[in-house]
Amino acid sequence: MAMLGVSGLTKRFGGFTAVKEVSFAVEEGEILGLIGPNGSGKSTIFNCIAGLYPPTAGSIVFEGEEIASLSPNRICHKGIGRTFQIPRPFRNLSLLENVALSAFFGQAGNVSRSDCWRLAEEALGMVGLPTDALGGTDGLGAAALKKLELARALATQPRLLLADESLNGLDHAEMEQAAEMLRRIRQEKGITIVWVEHIMGVLMRVVDRVVVLDHGEVILQGKPRDAQADRQVIEVYLGPEAVA
Amino acid sequence: MIRFSPAAIIGIVALLLLPFAVRFFFAASEKYYLHLLIQILLWSFIYTGWSLMGRFGLTSLGHGAFTGIGAYTTVLLWNFAGLTPWLGIPVGVVLSVIVALLVGYPCFRLRITGHYFALMTLALTEFVRLCIVGLRDYTGGSLGTQPRRYGDGVSLYAMQFEPDRVLSYYVALALWAFGIWMWLKVDRSMDRYALDAANQDEDAAASVGIDVTREKLKITGLSAAMCALGGAIYGQYQMYIGPDTIAGLGVSLNIVFAVIAGGLWVPLGPTVGAVFTQLLSETLRVGMQGSATLRDWLGSAALALDTAVYGLLLVLFIIYMPKGILGTLMEWRGRRKRIADTAAVARTG
Repeated sequence: MAMLGVSGLTKRFGGFTAVKEVSFAVEEGEILGLIGPNGSGKSTIFNCIAGLYPPTAGSIVFEGEEIASLSPNRICHKGIGRTFQIPRPFRNLSLLENVALSAFFGQAGNVSRSDCWRLAEEALGMVGLPTDALGGTDGLGAAALKKLELARALATQPRLLLADESLNGLDHAEMEQAAEMLRRIRQEKGITIVWVEHIMGVLMRVVDRVVVLDHGEVILQGKPRDAQADRQVIEVYLGPEAVA
Repeated sequence: MIRFSPAAIIGIVALLLLPFAVRFFFAASEKYYLHLLIQILLWSFIYTGWSLMGRFGLTSLGHGAFTGIGAYTTVLLWNFAGLTPWLGIPVGVVLSVIVALLVGYPCFRLRITGHYFALMTLALTEFVRLCIVGLRDYTGGSLGTQPRRYGDGVSLYAMQFEPDRVLSYYVALALWAFGIWMWLKVDRSMDRYALDAANQDEDAAASVGIDVTREKLKITGLSAAMCALGGAIYGQYQMYIGPDTIAGLGVSLNIVFAVIAGGLWVPLGPTVGAVFTQLLSETLRVGMQGSATLRDWLGSAALALDTAVYGLLLVLFIIYMPKGILGTLMEWRGRRKRIADTAAVARTG
């Protein structure tokens, strides 16, 4: 059975349907790319899984358990970690505190206080931030803030990581680095990853499978090379004239 | 376990010996000065209780309701049911926690924060005040009421200690110390991080597993309990309770002002706020009410002038000293120390 099964997921905001009967599955151990142009509904699906939006219809099953409409903190406790598209650090706390509180509360307080500081250092080390990070988050650039997002999510000890547009706002070298990091997280920690992205280039070399969305509907599921060869996908990304 | 620094030990000894110093230096007006000190300590405790949640951006104007519930429940149970304050106070505290949770839950679930939270809690204060005034047969309405005297002098059973000022001082000091201990306990807990995080970004806090509503309810309940306890003890000390002195918007506003003036993010901030506001209002009251010029000029309106000055100072504090007196002082000290350290490094390097 799949680790995460999304079926018939629909999300309407008033009269606007952002996501329409989307179904896909995530197998344990894979990196799945959830891609599509801006406004295709990627982030909405993502936020439904993470519990930020209650779905209008459909079901989301994680490890055999229905999790649609659970609160975000409960979903985190089930073993799903997430990052935010635009980094949202706790600016009133130090880097280490940001991550340590995630380690503590991410496991519903079932971890001792001394352990949560150790787990925080481990997570910071994993993403390549200084582990003696007593400073605040004010001086951090875009790339470091992305890393902090990731470290915070990792500290909650997820089995499934939802990474939201991790590459937005990074330069080319930083993108390569970030992609490499996701690959390493899967390899070293065995964490399954759903990667939401609209920059396709780097993603295609890292993911095992892609789900392509357009206007809130799935237009393709398959291997990255299938997507790259698909007329409809090219049309969605580059416009109809690119196909001809 | 809290370890005491040498400075803290000196401070504790000084506080323990203070009544004797007052007796020695101000023998003639010992009662008045002790009264001032007791007032400062009791209010410090209430302010500290408020700051437990205030520091996390939960600006409540409802704590005048909690002090009122604590004080009135205790006194009414004593006067009409003969229930000793030893039981009456716990009932008052529990009642005020229940009220706090009833008001808090919908606020936190619906994410009512900032100004709206202040307004919700303001309504609570007014509701409690109206209840007190409406039940005038029991509460004495806006004139207030007194706990029934139990014999002459001090009584353990009736928790009446006001005739012995030195004893009252130690009661107030113990309560104050409990408040500071609680502040430090919260400050060193993981809940503190959860609340700091939730104050910054509720969605992000929830995404790392923090049950924001629960954390806020916990701190609100604790804060309400402390203010109810403070209100009840204040009533027992004053031997009088009235909507103006212990249960109303005026009380709520004084709490907020004092804590902001003293410092919201430092353990002794609320205490410094209490010292400042109590001395200020006392000086203003004595100064203005004693001034013939002012009385001739303004008539009885001069009596209200201290409150006006108070309001003006509040505005100035919020604009120029948002960290409060103690917070600002500590920041200066920190900066001077850093400069000194840098200079030392430069010399040796």
